[in-house]
Amino acid sequence: MMTAQLALSHLLNGLQLGVLLFLLAAGLTLVFGIMSFVNLAHGSLYMLGAYFGAAAFANTDSFLLAIIAAVGGAGLVGLLLDRFALTKLYARDHLDQVLATFGLILFFNELIRIIWGPSSIFIQVPKALDSTIDIAGITYPSYRLAIIAVGLAVAFGLYVLIQKTRVGMLIRAGATNANMVAALGVNIKWLNTLVFALGAALAGLAGVMAGPIVSVQPGMGEPVLILTLVVIIIGGLGSIRGAFFAALIVGVVDTLGRAFMPTLMRSLMERNAADAAGPALASMLIYLFMAVVLAVKPQGLFPANVAATR
Amino acid sequence: MHKLVIALIAAGCVSSAALAQTSPLKIGFVAELSGPQAPLGQDQYDALMMLIEQNGGKLGGVPVQVIKEDSQLKPDVANQVVDKLLEKDKVQIITGVTFSNIMMAVHKKITDKGVFLIGSNAGPSPVAGAQCSPYFFSTSWQNDNQAEVVGKYASDKGYKNVIAMAPNYQAGKDFVAGFKRSFKGGTVTDEIYTPLNQQDFSAELAQVASKKPDALYVFYPGGLGVNFVKQFQQAGLNKSITVMSTSTVDGSTLPALRDAALGMLSGTFWGPDFPNEANQKFVAAFEKKYNRIPSQYAAQSYDAAQLLDSALRKTKGKVDDKKAFHAALKAADFKSIRGNFKFGTNQFPVQDMYMFDVAKDSQGRVSLRTVSKPLVNHVDAYAAQCVMKAL
Repeated sequence: MMTAQLALSHLLNGLQLGVLLFLLAAGLTLVFGIMSFVNLAHGSLYMLGAYFGAAAFANTDSFLLAIIAAVGGAGLVGLLLDRFALTKLYARDHLDQVLATFGLILFFNELIRIIWGPSSIFIQVPKALDSTIDIAGITYPSYRLAIIAVGLAVAFGLYVLIQKTRVGMLIRAGATNANMVAALGVNIKWLNTLVFALGAALAGLAGVMAGPIVSVQPGMGEPVLILTLVVIIIGGLGSIRGAFFAALIVGVVDTLGRAFMPTLMRSLMERNAADAAGPALASMLIYLFMAVVLAVKPQGLFPANVAATR
Repeated sequence: MHKLVIALIAAGCVSSAALAQTSPLKIGFVAELSGPQAPLGQDQYDALMMLIEQNGGKLGGVPVQVIKEDSQLKPDVANQVVDKLLEKDKVQIITGVTFSNIMMAVHKKITDKGVFLIGSNAGPSPVAGAQCSPYFFSTSWQNDNQAEVVGKYASDKGYKNVIAMAPNYQAGKDFVAGFKRSFKGGTVTDEIYTPLNQQDFSAELAQVASKKPDALYVFYPGGLGVNFVKQFQQAGLNKSITVMSTSTVDGSTLPALRDAALGMLSGTFWGPDFPNEANQKFVAAFEKKYNRIPSQYAAQSYDAAQLLDSALRKTKGKVDDKKAFHAALKAADFKSIRGNFKFGTNQFPVQDMYMFDVAKDSQGRVSLRTVSKPLVNHVDAYAAQCVMKAL
């Protein structure tokens, strides 16, 4: 296979990881931007989406219903969480929020284990997408292309929602100065709940779409949560646009790093040392990238505003 | 007053003596029972308890009480729970232990105390070699065995060009080394080590596809295996590249994989389709009780339970006579569900190693099917380094 084709294949993989990260980052960054709330349990909503989807898929054999169950279920859990558990925490210190939502991670992991057991559960690629497609000389899984398509469609939908609708205008206003929005007579509580549920639903969508690719098991939300946090920091807290570009950058940088770093290391040093250093450096790459971004632009690449990051 | 105290002490002595006669023999069970690795520990536990339950709460005719502890895949936690078992519960037998790093953390502590440790999974090389102990028995394998059998199979098949993939940690490197040790006549053209927490293998799979090897050797246990197999199948590579594996497609991952794993190969010591009578009985009972096909982890633990059953029967439950109990364990006088079974000098099994492929069983379920027996009466590579102390 030509190097150019290999690079294209890696680029598509990076893009696919990127859009998945965007679905998670969009909700997280909005919640942080508008409510100044640190939600570590966002990964749990991703996990719940995957489990709701898998359960619906097992009972109905329809991937469309699985998506509906995942999005609806995670959105509903988000709504209930916001109303009954988290409202009291919005005014509290970030450290309190971190502690409380870390507790939620443990709670949800254990709950899933009690209901579905500790083993990973079954969910497969929908029949129609269980194939590969030849693009410009490379063979690529159709399902991953579908993820890219859905992710880009959702990104466009969010753009329209945020930029062109009244609700979007309020969300943008909330991200800029929540107190002023409330002072102008907007029910900021209602807006918060809406944003939180929307973010939860997007996390659920990411979960169910990742389900056929990764192992659906308790604790699956944590590794992806860390990547998501990196994305929203690079993109700028509270900025959907920032989350979108940062997610794609992180996806591509991470994938290309994993693909080429071990080979690069082998050309620089002895084989054994390279085998140890290559993967380690590759997995550090996005954190190095984040450090550089923070050093050059402390507010992130596309900061929503100054107030949101106070 | 004095009389009262004496009477109380006397009463106390009597009641504790009476208690000692009726209280069951305590057996400690340590395994990973939470987190992503929990399915392995759960299978070990379920198989052990199944035999005890079948025998009416007894092993070898002796009433037993199993004290279950979760080591959480944390060596410090494992140390704490083992301390508790040794000091508070005063157990004389401990079984289970899922991961090699946990085994390394507790092995010396347990055997130095003169407590018998029946390992039913992890078999790290030091325990089989230089650090071997008369108090340690394994009913599973030395870690390398499960890779060596795959290497032998690849040699028998005449593969020339093989790529190895594993997580970037000690066990991953050990398995690849074990594979290379017994792979003759061809070369491992590339070794790809992925970070232990990496969930997506698309970048690596694209590279593998571009190099077109005859076969791929992989070690991805648990959830990592689910990720790998799904992504490999979705990339369409299962049509062109043979996958040979260790601990990747097994009883713990197949329920989540089903058809995606069809055709993949795995090397180990036992499969649910073994025709021997003891195994047929075990598999039928396990499926009936737990409603799933037993994994190799269940099989290993069931044999540990059978081993204890045989030794306790021979010694009438007297674990205190350590010499006699040791001899009874060493004799391994039970019908192993794997067929051939005896202990080598380092008290690891000397056994046949098999290759399996993933196929549908008679009920249409995706399971492991015996393909061949590349290694017969296989002794692990570290037995020679073990100087076994007399008891």
